[in-house]
Amino acid sequence: MSDTLVEVKNLKQYFPVRSGFKTIPLKAVDDVSFTVDRGETLGLVGESGCGKTTVGRTILRLYEPTGGEIRYNGELVTDRNITAMRKQMQMVFQDPYSSLDPRMTVEDIIGEPLDVHHLCSNRKERREKILELMSYVGLNAEHARRYAHEFSGGQRQRIGIARALAVDPKFIVCDEPVSALDVSIQAQVINMFEQLQEKLGVAYLFIAHDLLVVHHISRRIAVMYLGKIVEVAESDELNEHPVHPYTESLLSAVPIPDPDVTRARKRILLEGDVPSPLNMPTGCAFRTRCRFATEQCANECPALTDRGGGHFVACWNK
Amino acid sequence: MSEKLLSVQDLHTSFFTDAGEVQAVNGVNFDLDRGEILGIVGESGSGKSVTAYSIMQILADTGKIVGGRILYKGEDLSKWSEKQMQGFRGKCCSIIFQDPMTSLNPVFTIGSQLTEAITLHTDKHGREANARAAELLTLVGINEPEKRLKQYPFELSGGMRQRVMIAMALACEPDILIADEPTTALDVTIQAQILELMQDLQKKLGMAVILVTHDLGVIADMCDNIVVMYGGRICERGTAHEIFYNPKHEYTRGLLRSIPNVNNMKKKLIPISGTPINMLCMPKGCAFCARCDNAMKICLTEIPQELWINDNHKAACWLNVRDAFEGKEV
Repeated sequence: MSDTLVEVKNLKQYFPVRSGFKTIPLKAVDDVSFTVDRGETLGLVGESGCGKTTVGRTILRLYEPTGGEIRYNGELVTDRNITAMRKQMQMVFQDPYSSLDPRMTVEDIIGEPLDVHHLCSNRKERREKILELMSYVGLNAEHARRYAHEFSGGQRQRIGIARALAVDPKFIVCDEPVSALDVSIQAQVINMFEQLQEKLGVAYLFIAHDLLVVHHISRRIAVMYLGKIVEVAESDELNEHPVHPYTESLLSAVPIPDPDVTRARKRILLEGDVPSPLNMPTGCAFRTRCRFATEQCANECPALTDRGGGHFVACWNK
Repeated sequence: MSEKLLSVQDLHTSFFTDAGEVQAVNGVNFDLDRGEILGIVGESGSGKSVTAYSIMQILADTGKIVGGRILYKGEDLSKWSEKQMQGFRGKCCSIIFQDPMTSLNPVFTIGSQLTEAITLHTDKHGREANARAAELLTLVGINEPEKRLKQYPFELSGGMRQRVMIAMALACEPDILIADEPTTALDVTIQAQILELMQDLQKKLGMAVILVTHDLGVIADMCDNIVVMYGGRICERGTAHEIFYNPKHEYTRGLLRSIPNVNNMKKKLIPISGTPINMLCMPKGCAFCARCDNAMKICLTEIPQELWINDNHKAACWLNVRDAFEGKEV
């Protein structure tokens, strides 16, 4: 058995957009390939609209992919029964306020996946399992009969995580799970993700825009820009030796909470805004904002190539 | 000139809700000098935005300044009429809000919104005001200003809109610019552009800036002096260097330990335990004591007073008082 748990190959996800009389495809995800190993965390970063959330949702078949393959344990996800598949893969959503049903108690929210997948034979077992899950994520037993609105953001996110863990998945897509939380609460949730991984050996696809958080939690990081992955590397390698000009400027733009460090370094400012995905530049999508763009960039789209040590970059000039 | 540009003295602002009085700001003091960049940092509900809104007197209907004074160049703003306040807003002090998507009016063009501010506060009208608007857009780094003036907010991206908001705030060259989470809704690369722009403009125009944010990274980058707020009170203040490298309040320490930094990537983060306080039932003593690992008996009952740590640094924590009594160097 190989170490690869999830393999995404040439994934494409286009959304039809009506524009006048025509329907044109919005290429949210265009030809994305990556793998996630057992028990590892792959961070997926990029700016809003780059398609990172769409990747996560497509893997779980919340959208049907337009093209490409998603394999879980070597099996095509699209071939499998969706219920059986979701027993292996789960998701934690960004907004802990809208992702929990306000009319259900915590017990029922966490218990729902158990019911759907018939994992408990009687009520006592169900209750025990729920309490166990709640203790995993640091909730007390007396919280079980309460409703979601009675909890703070951080606690709601814990409920969401307990729900994802209920079916004992091996892979969880975490879509910006800490972005909506206060700074002082973020660390609690990040630590919990790390502890759960050590304990249960679950793999994460950790989608976020906060590079420091992603760097902290991930073993490897993939950087997306306009529907494509432009660079993949080990976290430290990526942070110390970014190769792609986009990664470079993205990293230099992150404000570091350390006055001496952040003031000493030079920002590489990108000009302008991200182009509209409906009207993508030809060739490399980044060339309109790139310092190194040449004619080749306009004609051909660079592929991800191995630069040694598991460091993949898609750029002609670097 | 010795008098401060802006001086907030013992400010108390409360919201009167159905559930009771919420003391959002509870005795906040600070001074702002000309050309200073002051950062106010805290999590949601710490009263940082309410402090900013109190200065501008743009609180919601339920909110009221119940105590304290705000002095602008030595004059008490609470004695000013609404008419005078209208002159103050925009001309002396202006504000940029967090969300550039909702703070522009969608049914008016950028040009008409910009010239409104100009015609209200200066004697420029018509063509002159238009020229000034175009000049402002150029100042904030927007290309083709004449074309942009005719566009509507929905035609611009988030970063562009925030630039328009800044242009609008700068229309009358105010002495003070309050930026309430100016980059929170923006992407990192756009955030970097806006921060760079604000730094440039601050140098060029010499105005004082109050930057309200929860992002310690932004604060570290931008600010000369920092005020840390928790539960409506100031728990620590000082120069950026003092706050980041020599924090003396348990909350600031906890906050700095709990965020991923270049130095702690391989280590576990040390979170602050517990949850943010409920402003409806404030504790009698220190607001942070319920979450503080080193809380003492006195923290539960007495509100700590701010203590000078050194010339550039003050903190309100009983631990410092104890250390001072025991003769330890604080």
